[in-house]
Amino acid sequence: MLDDFMTRATLAGIGVALTSAPLGCFVVWRRMAYFGEATAHAAMLGVALSLALQISIFGGALLVALIMSAVVTQLSGRNYATDTLLGVFAHSALAVGLVIVSLISGVRLDLMAYLFGDILAVSREDLIIIWGGVALIFALITWRWTPLLITTLNEELAYAKGLNPRREQLILTLSLAITIAISIKVVGILLIAAMLIIPAAAARNFAKTPEAMVTITSIIGVCSAIVGLRGAYIFDTPAGPSIVCVTLVFFIVLSFAKALIKQ
Amino acid sequence: MRKFRTALNLITVENLRVKYGSSSVLHSVCLNIKAGEIVTIVGPNGSGKTSLLKAIIGAVQPSEGYIKLKPKLKIGYIPQRLNFDKTLPITVERFMTLTEKASKSTFMSALQTAGVAELLKNQMSSLSGGQFQRVLLARALLGSPEILILDEATQGLDQPGSAAFYRHIEQVRHNTGCAVLMISHDLHVVMSASDRVVCLNGHVCCEGTPSAVISKPEYQELFGAGTDGALALYRHVHDHVHENINTSE
Repeated sequence: MLDDFMTRATLAGIGVALTSAPLGCFVVWRRMAYFGEATAHAAMLGVALSLALQISIFGGALLVALIMSAVVTQLSGRNYATDTLLGVFAHSALAVGLVIVSLISGVRLDLMAYLFGDILAVSREDLIIIWGGVALIFALITWRWTPLLITTLNEELAYAKGLNPRREQLILTLSLAITIAISIKVVGILLIAAMLIIPAAAARNFAKTPEAMVTITSIIGVCSAIVGLRGAYIFDTPAGPSIVCVTLVFFIVLSFAKALIKQ
Repeated sequence: MRKFRTALNLITVENLRVKYGSSSVLHSVCLNIKAGEIVTIVGPNGSGKTSLLKAIIGAVQPSEGYIKLKPKLKIGYIPQRLNFDKTLPITVERFMTLTEKASKSTFMSALQTAGVAELLKNQMSSLSGGQFQRVLLARALLGSPEILILDEATQGLDQPGSAAFYRHIEQVRHNTGCAVLMISHDLHVVMSASDRVVCLNGHVCCEGTPSAVISKPEYQELFGAGTDGALALYRHVHDHVHENINTSE
């Protein structure tokens, strides 16, 4: 069954949609959209280093994403605001990464594959990594669900309950880095943030509880992956951007529906 | 209060100093909270009220001195507001069970006591200031706390609203015997509902019963002498005895 490239692509898309759902909700709730986008862009440096050192792209991207978020968390609030630091490090990492890639000789590189994803080239090994990531993130988020929610609502409330908001933040950052690393092949560095933010933003319209929002986000993400891939196949358009276009349709339709119901 | 209670401090703050960077916001702060008493911390902006509260719940670390909580002290914390109110959808019903595992009948009766049971299906973000504080109070009481800690709970409420809220807090103390520690900078209404007022400005300027504190020169220097008239709006009349605080245990 996995011999068919469309089947592998669909499974990869569903996997990425499922990991992005809970993370995307936290990104929307905690107003971390720019953080997510910047960390994703920084992963380009990881890709470049992986190619130069001939190690796994997933590993390189994960490492750089983690270092990036650790550095920003440590430095923020001293002399610069977080978004300034993100701007500095993320775009530098993206630029340095692109320069390194261009310097690697002997490797014929399709840069577009990393910037916009290459979901149709997903291998069995990629699928194992993606679904391993799905399982890991589901385990992490389910385990820490209530503490994460309390921390998001009010840090002092979390302290008073004996929780450590810094640890919860770390778990979130780690999960975000994993999500970014496994999404590169599917939607590409430039569109990872879209998969995080747009389905969650669309789901916000009709969600009454945090759990409902994650569920609706998952459904929107999975449907977008399936429909987007099918569309890309039929119209011969790039797969990653096609998936993101479908999420945008969801966002527009649900936002209009919400506005209509309110009247 | 009986004598032996003095040994039962819920919270002991000893010679506390809190620093942010190189500047101290609090120094030499000593404070005890005993079971069943209502203590209000007043002070101008930047006097370190919030830092003291944060230190007590463990959100900031003391750079000198220590804070000792009674072992396994159950704290009911009532924040000023929730972050990310609009982006995070959450109903009153879901919020009630977020921090405590309570059965529906338990949290319904908590909401009924607070007078907000009909708001069960509403979004937290759609509540008015007064409703919101009542829901937060009901949630905090679910864990049967030994002490309620309130961070400027009535900000955004008008004076009658605040007075009503503090009367409700007193009622809660009356019924459950839990201690209350709150901070405020709208002093008039709050102070009169307290057993003890602590006047803070980097350090403890003065403390005592509300009427004693108002007449102290340190207090008048901080807040001016003209506060007596406003205080009359809701003066706490101690015509009842808090005997049942002890019997409820």
